[in-house]
Amino acid sequence: MINSSLKQLSAQLAQKKISSVELTQLHLDRIARLNPGLNAFVTVDAARSLAQARAADARIAAGEAQPLTGIPVAHKDIFCAKGWLTTCGSKMLANFVSPYDAHVVERLNAAGAVILGKTNMDEFAMGSSTETCFWGPVRNPWDPARVPGGSSGGSAAAVAARMAPAAIGTDTGGSIRQPAALTGICGLKPTYGVVSRYGMIAFASSLDQGGPMAKSAEDLALMLNVMAGFDARDSTSLERPAEDYTRLLDASPAGDRAKPLSGLRIGVPKEYFGAGLASDVGAAVEAALAQFEKLGAQRVAVSLPNSALSVPAYYVIAPAEASSNLSRFDGVRYGYRAPEYTDLADMYRKTRAQGFGAEVKRRILIGTYVLSHGYYDAYYLKAQKIRRLIARDFAEAYAQCDLIMGPTSPSVAFAIGAKASDPVQMYLNDIYTVAANLAGLPALSIPCGFGEGNMPVGLHLAGNYFAEARMLQAAHQYQLATDWHMLQPAGVE
Amino acid sequence: MDWETVIGLETHAQLSTVSKIFSGAATRFGAAPNVQACAVDIALPGVLPVLNRAAVEKAVRFGLAVGASINARSVFARKNYFYPDLPKGYQISQYELPVVQGGSLSMMVKDGEKTVRLTRAHLEEDAGKSLHEDFHGMSGIDLNRAGTPLLEIVTEPDMRSAEEAVAYAKALHALVRWIGICDGNMQEGSFRCDANVSVRPKGSEVLGTRCEIKNLNSFRFMEEAINYEVRRQIELIADGGRVVQETRLYDPDKRETRSMRSKEEAHDYRYFPDPDLLPLVISAETVEQIRSELPELPAQRRQRYMSECGLSEYDAAVLTSNQDIGDYFEGVVRHSLQDGEPFAQADFKLCANWVINEVAAKLNAENLPSWKFGVSDDTLGHILRRLREGTIGAKTAKELFSEFWDEARTAGYERQGGHPQLVNELIETRGLKQLSDSGAIEKILDEVLAANSKSVEEYRAGKEKAFNALVGQAMKATKGKGNPAQINEILKKKLAS
Repeated sequence: MINSSLKQLSAQLAQKKISSVELTQLHLDRIARLNPGLNAFVTVDAARSLAQARAADARIAAGEAQPLTGIPVAHKDIFCAKGWLTTCGSKMLANFVSPYDAHVVERLNAAGAVILGKTNMDEFAMGSSTETCFWGPVRNPWDPARVPGGSSGGSAAAVAARMAPAAIGTDTGGSIRQPAALTGICGLKPTYGVVSRYGMIAFASSLDQGGPMAKSAEDLALMLNVMAGFDARDSTSLERPAEDYTRLLDASPAGDRAKPLSGLRIGVPKEYFGAGLASDVGAAVEAALAQFEKLGAQRVAVSLPNSALSVPAYYVIAPAEASSNLSRFDGVRYGYRAPEYTDLADMYRKTRAQGFGAEVKRRILIGTYVLSHGYYDAYYLKAQKIRRLIARDFAEAYAQCDLIMGPTSPSVAFAIGAKASDPVQMYLNDIYTVAANLAGLPALSIPCGFGEGNMPVGLHLAGNYFAEARMLQAAHQYQLATDWHMLQPAGVE
Repeated sequence: MDWETVIGLETHAQLSTVSKIFSGAATRFGAAPNVQACAVDIALPGVLPVLNRAAVEKAVRFGLAVGASINARSVFARKNYFYPDLPKGYQISQYELPVVQGGSLSMMVKDGEKTVRLTRAHLEEDAGKSLHEDFHGMSGIDLNRAGTPLLEIVTEPDMRSAEEAVAYAKALHALVRWIGICDGNMQEGSFRCDANVSVRPKGSEVLGTRCEIKNLNSFRFMEEAINYEVRRQIELIADGGRVVQETRLYDPDKRETRSMRSKEEAHDYRYFPDPDLLPLVISAETVEQIRSELPELPAQRRQRYMSECGLSEYDAAVLTSNQDIGDYFEGVVRHSLQDGEPFAQADFKLCANWVINEVAAKLNAENLPSWKFGVSDDTLGHILRRLREGTIGAKTAKELFSEFWDEARTAGYERQGGHPQLVNELIETRGLKQLSDSGAIEKILDEVLAANSKSVEEYRAGKEKAFNALVGQAMKATKGKGNPAQINEILKKKLAS
């Protein structure tokens, strides 16, 4: 049951082989057993979840089920959910109960999915290891001494340890894809604007995008079908016809069953295979590329000459936006307020000094600096120019290929604490993922093997704007031919 | 040394939209604290702004009314600073690319017409209010006003005296109400000005160091504050001191400005384009659509009053100082017409004199808003109709008007005094009709001439004044009902014979 796909679970619910209440209880039991060791969930509310499950069962009984009706989904604690504690991994919001639902939460609720709980994350999504959370670090189900990646590390660990059939996360610089890679699951960051940001606590508004995390490409497609959609409350939400992201999964354009991906041109950027890439990761990715060729795809050498600039540009733009986005956490209206202070300035100072963790403060300081009078042009404007150059690199590459593949992360999951004191090393984890955010392009990560310490390796698969269905097709065909995505960590059966 | 004052104004006009600029909450004034603050206004985690197009439409209307250019693409930026009544920790405003650029506004000052160039006008959101009373040592925050749309209108440093600054502010105030983008209610803060004031030796081309006086919410305070500030700066320089660039506040009780914060203490607002909002794009069709819906503007109307109504520049300026008085004037003219008389043949000058010397004077003297007319335009127009046809004299007309206005005042201006039918009734019941029967007048005049032979002699001896004395006697004898023109005419004939 715990390894079933969403499609299988949906079928079993429809056939009344299992009820949503039973399915939800099954996962709540697993959370109760496994979460104390992994710390993937920060809030579980069995009564609330089971009430939703009962409503889902009634809906199934009434014959009004949709594909996700009755399926429990773990929510990253960045999504506002009415009546749920929504902390964003921060002491600042440790007591914040959201009075409203994020658009994504609304859509999942409307589809009949069950909120299984809120998952741990780097504080305000700032991190690549899920170590900066107020609620303590999340552990990687494949090796509890290692990080699960971040910032959606709680959602990733929840799916990897089969505590949840699927989860939702957010990705500002790789926060869905990198933890997916490090925990051996699948994660998709859609084209910017496909998923509404309303109710998703902002880190860096021009980069943030919500997306699904699940065991397979097919599950991602089913999740995205519900999550995507225009929302007038988000001015950057794109108004376009609804898309069925499962529609291409089994399509083989040339009609050649043995080579379902024939005609697909896979761009392999030379910049992604240079210094800094661990050899075990490189080897697994090479093997995956060979598998794609076997499936009929054609490998094309491409170049993304400004790749090296993406991390520096990202670490100007993201902190700049964050420094402003996090100004609302001032102790005045909700959230944490320092217990003692002398005057207004002192209240602000102490509230923010006590309420934010070190990484968040570091980024607020960086962001404040780069937006300051006299530095704005040199940092923020320059970074925006680089951003346009990076988008142009992709435009030129996509003239020669349909998808771009490479590693998701330069190494497999590292040990907890290994990079915690070296922010620059930590930031370099994003080297293969941030460019998609800067350009607003869709990208996903799927498991493609194992490296050092028998830890999972992720394959990064990126496409042009709105190429999600094509990307999911390629990933799905790869998963039909391989079983990396079916493997689960030992000790969580 | 002779000094020249240089003034530039920044005006915040609250746009009269039903909902806020970035949320759906209502903008009504005077609601209980925080009942008009939705999730977006409170800046809950995760909420996002969505631009209210009605605010944009009003900004464009303003731009077109002042002959400015409308930027096809403008950008919302974040102005970052911490204050408890600023929920997001930043204000959404327009910085590098405003929606309205350039333009100018002309108005009458004592030396004739003055034109003030506008730099720009941009859209932004208002902050909430901090309430410092009644909270036992704490402050209360009311976010009802947070997110109310504002148009900030910035001038070039084109004004040379407090008087000119006030004339500009009044003209702007009239215009924003005229084109229906702002209710202009200064007590409620819908229209407030900041004045940038500097002085320099007369003839100098270089601008002096300026001080900004914040939040002037009445024309009187503006005049007082600027005059005080000019004196302060001149005295400071004359004493060998130096003006320091700073923000100052006007204290109307002490009638002085005082320092609020210096340039060194000024915030670094860290402006950057708001990533939550797309650039504001306004199509040429939208601009043309809004242009086609613009009403006749003050300058156009002033021109029409001069060319079509034959009014003087002064009269035309007074009657277009706001839309209410102009509309009132036109209503008076229409109701003063005799049956079948075309508008073009109205006695515009007579109507203008009445509206300016009686109506506007009363509004002024009693400090009434420009639309609180104690007597309606149709009532006054009807009085003037009866005056023009000769049924009543000017004295009676004025008495009726004053009586009606007094009635309105007694009612606290809750309603207007008199009505056209009442004019007719009072003329009948009180016998206010002029004596126009020439036979009767001749008879009375014969008696007056006989009783005042001394005046007759004096007149015949060339003393013109004696004629007026005779007219006065005649009016007295008719108990004021004689038609003075008729009396004049008959009297002259009799004296000549």
